[in-house]
Amino acid sequence: MAIIERPTEIPDTANRGVRPAPKASTNYGYLRRPVETTGWRSWAFTVDHKKIGIMYGAVAMFFFILGGLEAALIRLQLAGPDGTILSADKYNQMFTMHATTMVFLFVMPMAAAFANYFIPLQIGARDVAFPRLNALSLWVFVFGGVFLNTSWFLGGGADGGWFMYAPNSSVPFSPTNGVDFWGLGLQITGIASLVGAINLIVTVLNMRAPGMSMMKMPIFTWMAFVVQMLLLFAIPVITVALFLLMFQRSFGAQFFSVEAGADPLLWQHLFWIFGHPEVYILVLPSFGIISEVLPVFSKKPLFGYPFVVFSGAAIGFVGWGVWAHHMFASGLGPVSVAVFSVATMAIAVPTGVKIINWTLTLWGGKLTFTTAMLFAVGLIVQFTIGGLSGVTHAVAPSDTQQTDTYYIVAHFHYVIFGGAVLGLFSGFYYWWPKVFGKLLSESLGKWNFWLMIAGMNLTFGPMHIIGLQGQPRRMYRWTEFRAGEGFFNLGFWNLVATIGTFVLGVGILLFLVNIWITHRPNSKTPPAPADPWDARSLEWITSSPPKEYNFARTPQVSQLDEFFHRKYEDVGEGDKHEYVQKMTGEEVIQFEEDNADPNIHLPAPSYWPMVLAFALPVMAYGVIYNTLLIVAGAAIATMAMFGWALEPADAEASDFDPPVEGDEMSKELANV
Amino acid sequence: MSESLISDTVKDAVEIVKDHHHDVHDHDVHGGDDHSGDHGGHHTSLGLSNTKLAMWLFLGSECLLFGGLISTYMLYRNRHSENLGPDQLWDIPFTSATSFVLLTSSLTMVLAVSAAKRKDLRNTKIYLGVTALLGGLFLAGQIYEFTVFYREGLGFTTSLFSSSFFTLTGFHGVHVSIGIIMLVAMIGMLSKEKVSGDEAEAVEMVGLYWHFVDIVWIIIFTLVYLIPA
Repeated sequence: MAIIERPTEIPDTANRGVRPAPKASTNYGYLRRPVETTGWRSWAFTVDHKKIGIMYGAVAMFFFILGGLEAALIRLQLAGPDGTILSADKYNQMFTMHATTMVFLFVMPMAAAFANYFIPLQIGARDVAFPRLNALSLWVFVFGGVFLNTSWFLGGGADGGWFMYAPNSSVPFSPTNGVDFWGLGLQITGIASLVGAINLIVTVLNMRAPGMSMMKMPIFTWMAFVVQMLLLFAIPVITVALFLLMFQRSFGAQFFSVEAGADPLLWQHLFWIFGHPEVYILVLPSFGIISEVLPVFSKKPLFGYPFVVFSGAAIGFVGWGVWAHHMFASGLGPVSVAVFSVATMAIAVPTGVKIINWTLTLWGGKLTFTTAMLFAVGLIVQFTIGGLSGVTHAVAPSDTQQTDTYYIVAHFHYVIFGGAVLGLFSGFYYWWPKVFGKLLSESLGKWNFWLMIAGMNLTFGPMHIIGLQGQPRRMYRWTEFRAGEGFFNLGFWNLVATIGTFVLGVGILLFLVNIWITHRPNSKTPPAPADPWDARSLEWITSSPPKEYNFARTPQVSQLDEFFHRKYEDVGEGDKHEYVQKMTGEEVIQFEEDNADPNIHLPAPSYWPMVLAFALPVMAYGVIYNTLLIVAGAAIATMAMFGWALEPADAEASDFDPPVEGDEMSKELANV
Repeated sequence: MSESLISDTVKDAVEIVKDHHHDVHDHDVHGGDDHSGDHGGHHTSLGLSNTKLAMWLFLGSECLLFGGLISTYMLYRNRHSENLGPDQLWDIPFTSATSFVLLTSSLTMVLAVSAAKRKDLRNTKIYLGVTALLGGLFLAGQIYEFTVFYREGLGFTTSLFSSSFFTLTGFHGVHVSIGIIMLVAMIGMLSKEKVSGDEAEAVEMVGLYWHFVDIVWIIIFTLVYLIPA
């Protein structure tokens, strides 16, 4: 991590004057500031949005594998009649934790990884608005995720489904601590999302490079911005629900006690007011990613950029008015059902607008089917299938037939796997050279893609049939006796789905193999070119991987697709555009570096985000086991917050290590 | 005559708006978050400082937190045993008095912010102190009120009404407590000159939070206490 005015880190090609020396130090608190630039400390205490993004991604990937293993166990259990691999109880825990892990610990943080890494780069900023808060988000998420999963070793995971309907999740029906771990764990990761949302919204609104108006922002940044807005207002709603559940379970409150007159729909409303925007929180980042990828590999600008922006924003608004379509079978009454049914059909419109825009971006383009492009096109196709089955649930009478069957499972896996996950993989392949400076293998990437596509269709496709045949969700086994005959035999399609899961698993494994082959110690993969895809947006106007200060000089923006317009000149006449290359990507980057800013300020690293994040699981264990731990956690949190507030924003000379013999830089730093 | 009066008023208003704009601009652009990545110009795209924007966003999020809690209370406020409902328990004059105390604290908070903008450190600290004191008085009133209700038999677990009442007002009380901690910490940091960045803006941030907590109380007081169940 660069420290402010660290001598060797600053590009000084223009040789413009001397940097001001750091100011004299005053001692401020309990701990020395971490200033290491290598080793684990340089990661653990960093406030660099790029390192934080990479760590978000790595941890999310770990949870993806964990959630995938849980899914594999579920499918093994259901492969044949009367499965014996899992008990009913373990099966309940497995599907609950599978969904929770995939939604809260994989897709959301993976989207946060992309947002963290690329928003500042795409808007031409040197970091996010609040770098220490950014580090706090990361560590709160990591500790929250670990806390949630320790439940496996402390009496079993949560078992009420990821929606955790109360009163089914109250103590009499779920006596282990699983639900407590779930509630508190989501409370903690919710803090991470909320803090991250505030941080990124301020970053997008306030830290754009000169000339970058909102309508010149790269489309991924726009979609990520809408997601952060959704998080900002959705997280507090589930926070309320989780508090009520915690008070009910841990302190004997009455919120969900039906015998005391409680309304069982209270939880459902609170959960789905959060839960439906959550669906768009999951999928919009991927929409943003493929809206970057498709134009690059079609050699055309995104078709109807303003429509893609406003349909994204429209989804963000209408997404708040459709939550009760998750509750059609709960007896809401005909008026509510009709209203929410219509609203749900209406939200298909902006989504359809996006599909059309993507298709028309492809139309007439010079298409190159790289792996990233394949995943992007894969998203369009698979998500559309999921969207169509979604419309069949919007029709309430049809939905009441499908509720709680595997048909629903098929639908939401097509939209979440086919939408969110394929988009994330498109992003991996597209931005890998940007982040790590090396291209992933394209041939292996294509195997990765086709196996994932085959795997997902084999897994989730048959679930449509299984579901319409009436196999319920969340049942830990099915019997041969009622499996049916011929083409619609449940046994056959369940087996296909299970085989599909393993095809899918192999596909994802190939991705990990691809990373290993590219980055293993004696890898033959050469460094990636600076502009491998002939890209269009601002994050490419810097070296790959970017320096810790992102841009040698803050870019001046005059157009949407700024990088493209710096490389290409429009020689067409009138309405006809014809672009000829005037500069290569390398030359554009070189030009920026030749005109580097003489002084670059970067925020200094800090211990406090991690310390503060650590306090939260301590308090959460306290709620479950011992009140004293709550007090201890609160004490740590208070100390961390004061340490945080009293810490000067900039590193000072006395913060650096004492000079090390033979290391000129440390001597120089100690003497400034 | 009346026409000229109107045009004068409009002119004045325009001047005031211009002035205000100037103030806002002058103050905010240079008061950016000192920990921000782009230290170079202190310039922000909106002209509103990062910290202030972040505080507004946080308060926006808080609206939904209280929205959820208030909805829960409104759903359950009539679900209680015969003699332990709002109509039997509330002591409106008493709660009105503590509400008045809390609202007065918003006034002293405004005075603190205004003193901080004038760089009048002494008065800033005095008004912050008075604000904290009034907040403390309100909390004491709430604790007293809770104790009375408890003695009359209304525990946290007694009924749906009691659980949701204590949760809603308890959450508000916790917010007031955190506000008081912020006020006291602010006084300490101002005394020791430990505020990094713009002091006036730091005071203003505490002020924004404090006013928000007050506004929430106005809503809670109206919905929970004043409107008969």
